[in-house]
Amino acid sequence: MAIAVASFRSIIRSPSAVVFSLAFPLIFIVVFANIGGSPVKVDVGVAKTCDTINPVFQALKKANVLNLITDQSTDEMNKNLSKGTIDVILDIKNTGKGWAIYPPLSAIPQKQPFTINVQYTKASQKGGIFKSVLNSVTESVNKALLIKIFGQNPENLSAVQLHETTIQGREYKYIDFLLPGMLGFSLLSSGVFGTAFVFLSLRLTLVIKRFFATPVKKYSIVLGEAIARLIFSWIGALFIILVGHYAFGFTLVHGLTTVVNMLILSAIGLIVFMGFGFIISGVAKNESTVPPLSNIITLPQFLLSGTFFATTAFPTWLQGLSNILPLTYLNKAMRDVAFEGAGLGDVTHDLLILGIWFIIVYAVAVRTFKWE
Amino acid sequence: MAKQPIITVKNLVKNYGDFAAVKGISFEVYDGEIFGLLGPNGAGKTTTLEIIETLRDKTSGEVIVDGFSVDNDAAAIKQRIGVQLQAAGYYPNLNLSELIKLFCGLYGIDKTPTEMLEKVALTDKAKSKYKELSGGQKQRFSIATTLINNPKIIFLDEPTTGLDPQARRNLWDLIREIRDSGTTVVITTHYMDEAEELCDRVAFVDGGHIVGIDTPNHFIDELVASGFERKKQVKLANLEDVFINLTGKEWREG
Repeated sequence: MAIAVASFRSIIRSPSAVVFSLAFPLIFIVVFANIGGSPVKVDVGVAKTCDTINPVFQALKKANVLNLITDQSTDEMNKNLSKGTIDVILDIKNTGKGWAIYPPLSAIPQKQPFTINVQYTKASQKGGIFKSVLNSVTESVNKALLIKIFGQNPENLSAVQLHETTIQGREYKYIDFLLPGMLGFSLLSSGVFGTAFVFLSLRLTLVIKRFFATPVKKYSIVLGEAIARLIFSWIGALFIILVGHYAFGFTLVHGLTTVVNMLILSAIGLIVFMGFGFIISGVAKNESTVPPLSNIITLPQFLLSGTFFATTAFPTWLQGLSNILPLTYLNKAMRDVAFEGAGLGDVTHDLLILGIWFIIVYAVAVRTFKWE
Repeated sequence: MAKQPIITVKNLVKNYGDFAAVKGISFEVYDGEIFGLLGPNGAGKTTTLEIIETLRDKTSGEVIVDGFSVDNDAAAIKQRIGVQLQAAGYYPNLNLSELIKLFCGLYGIDKTPTEMLEKVALTDKAKSKYKELSGGQKQRFSIATTLINNPKIIFLDEPTTGLDPQARRNLWDLIREIRDSGTTVVITTHYMDEAEELCDRVAFVDGGHIVGIDTPNHFIDELVASGFERKKQVKLANLEDVFINLTGKEWREG
């Protein structure tokens, strides 16, 4: 397959292909992994009046989701709270009335050693996280206090009985969400932009015509191009997966099998996206019309297919749109395979929809594609 | 010269919609000659060539290339011809020897890039990209790609357009060499001095018809015999001779 070899060489040497399929996703991964991807931190302003030696505060200090800020004045803190740069202000007061329990429980003496005042802000959504941290902390503090008071495990006390069922789960990191999306984006741009540009320029510079003057078959030209792009995309995908895995802790549930499954998905996705590329190369009259046309196809998918954020965050009507786009399903399948360890057989629904897209896209491509 | 036809075109017609580009052309190209297809732009030269090269479907008529009909044996013809397109580009980002390898692959032929580049004196450019070449070098490289499959016929569409006199002479020498090694050459050009110098026989095409076909000498003699006279008395040399005389025959790279 001389065309595949030549095309592969050409792709590697064309800077835009390398930038789009390798550098862009990597930059996105690095940027987003560091912005949103780092474990969520709640900035807690600690009021000057806050008692810091009580067990609740000590426990909160150990919670690594919290970033306790103690070096700001009350004014500053209030200002920052309203801006949302501080998520909550915490003020624990030692009332010094001996042991008691917060939240007050009717079965127990109504003495409260501590009052916890928490100010939330509408400027930040992280208040909820703090709330749950605080709840669990006070709960365990209460529990410890009860043991002290009653000298026994308070489990027989119905009021304090705690039913905690922790689900054994893997930590779902942002990278686990982001990387498959980036992979999808890389495949999309490589498939659409790359294919459209290459075929259009080959057509315009009469390279394809020159090929036709040789005994080479039409399908070999398309096949050669496709193989070259596939291999290139595979290398890119592998590179992204490996960097993600080793540098950012991307979860590969079954190790190598997962990688292989992801590569198979990449191939399927790429083939569908290349169809778009063929359509564009057929429709576009010259090279300057390729980018807008390609963007019409890639941008909505880029934004709406859950590349950066889950589609569930969208309003319903938008979700409806998201649920049509092929990249949504590729991303979903990728994530299921990578994070949940699904086999290819488990994502047949997604594959089926990609298959439908394949049929639609290539039906159009066959009609619009021009050799000369 | 052996007058054995290697290409036979009979009543070739090509319509683009309502427009008739070629209106019943017939001619023969003999084995081992340099055949010139001459005529103004839009006369149908390129269309005719492309039909013979099997790149374009004809509307009607008959075209036989080396015993094969373009209707049924396009693949066999492609194996036997080399084609240089007007203003064709090459695969982007590849250097010359990689392009040669690509074409070897397309023809399913095993040849070394050096061997091909030697024929057109471009071995020192093996690692250059096509677009980095000068006009003359580009044309010579194009000719190299047409020779890869040891064709019996090569088609050159305006190979010397845009070249300086030295590069043009250099290319003529190359084309003569190719002819002398037994390959038939079909060429189109706008330069009559080139046709006169290079072609064994020429056909004039105008408005989709062939208006004359003969050796250049015979055409000129005929015209002179009909009483034609140039307005300006022909001198023994022309300005191009002066140019070559002043700047040297040595062909410049770059």
